[in-house]
Amino acid sequence: MPSLKDVKTQISGVKKTSQITKAMNMVAAAKLRGAQEKMEDFRPYASKFNAAMATLSGNMEAGQFPLMEVRDVKSVEIIIVTSDRGLCGSFNANIIKMTAKLVAKLESEGKTVSIVGVGKKGARAFNKSGKVRKAFNDIMGTFQMFNAREIAQDVAENFISGNADEVHVVYGKFHSVASQKPATVKLLPVSPAETGETEGDAVAADYIYEPSPTEIMDVLLPLYLNVMVYHSMLEVSASEHAARMTAMDNATTACSDIVTNLTLIYNKARQAAITADLMDIVGGAEALKG
Amino acid sequence: MAEKILLEIVTPKGAVVSEEVDIVTAPGFGGEFGVLANHAPFLSTIKIGSLVYKQAGKEELMMVSGGFCEVSDNKISFLVESAEHGRDIDVDRALKAKERAEKRLAQAVQKAETINRVRAEAAMQRALARLKAAKSH
Repeated sequence: MPSLKDVKTQISGVKKTSQITKAMNMVAAAKLRGAQEKMEDFRPYASKFNAAMATLSGNMEAGQFPLMEVRDVKSVEIIIVTSDRGLCGSFNANIIKMTAKLVAKLESEGKTVSIVGVGKKGARAFNKSGKVRKAFNDIMGTFQMFNAREIAQDVAENFISGNADEVHVVYGKFHSVASQKPATVKLLPVSPAETGETEGDAVAADYIYEPSPTEIMDVLLPLYLNVMVYHSMLEVSASEHAARMTAMDNATTACSDIVTNLTLIYNKARQAAITADLMDIVGGAEALKG
Repeated sequence: MAEKILLEIVTPKGAVVSEEVDIVTAPGFGGEFGVLANHAPFLSTIKIGSLVYKQAGKEELMMVSGGFCEVSDNKISFLVESAEHGRDIDVDRALKAKERAEKRLAQAVQKAETINRVRAEAAMQRALARLKAAKSH
């Protein structure tokens, strides 16, 4: 039987932990709201952008743009987008697992793989493998379009120089507050079919283009990459906070369970001590009588 | 001037403007262009600069940075990286940004760094566009 004092310190320790997890839960909830808002705000831009890309790329040949060039795939680059911080359940672990699987699959096909890490956790997980070409750490907290642009530019340059023939993004897709799953998208080469849902051929009106459609595409393609990278970062940041919220909620519940159990043990121990004391007194009194 | 055209300006941070307006003038790839109601379908890239729209006789000046614009079905939508109303612009900040950009530009030219030069030039253009938009208020 543990001593009374031990149990008491244990209880107060667990209570302190639960205070922290509760606070983290609330912080995550507040941040999640912000991240979701950011995602909502971005949606009109993304959908309009994709629609415009679809109208444009419909009557275009893929071969004429370096970013759309389809090559024999010998090397693949994977952008792994995770959070910077942990304590969010299995969220990052799932993304890392999916990436590792993809890497193994690509390597078994005889392709070389390089990794670009966005967010600390992903890059760190692959650090030992020596595959990390570049890591963008500590940007998931407050990132903006220009952060995404930096990443997109770097990846695009690498693609155009021929170091990677294909680029994929692995990120945590935000389905709902309760569910975030890792997902993969192909980023490069940009294929016209994947640039959003075409709204039927009737919409492809005769546009006046200024400058020529090809030149507009030259401007739009890098922008498209920005949009894609930014989008995946938004998804990850919302997912991260949602995952942390759930994880911390679970932790708080677990804490209160432990406290209940410990209180029971504490009361039992207290009761036993009182009984023992009483027995002593009664025993002493009996002895005096005799 | 009864007919109007719907102007929409969308940035990654959400829609900034969604109004029926009389005329829109924007900094296009080949120079400024104006769009009135019932314009033919049109697609152009947008440079950093100032966008002017007129609504009920009142002119509104905005700063926009790179992106593109699409005109169709009597609607003109701008997809730009940022758009700010002249009245919301912090003049001091823009002035400081201009000074910074000037310094950086001089540095980049001196050291012949193309990338930094392009960046500094873009920053310069943004600062100038902001100042211009702010001045109208």
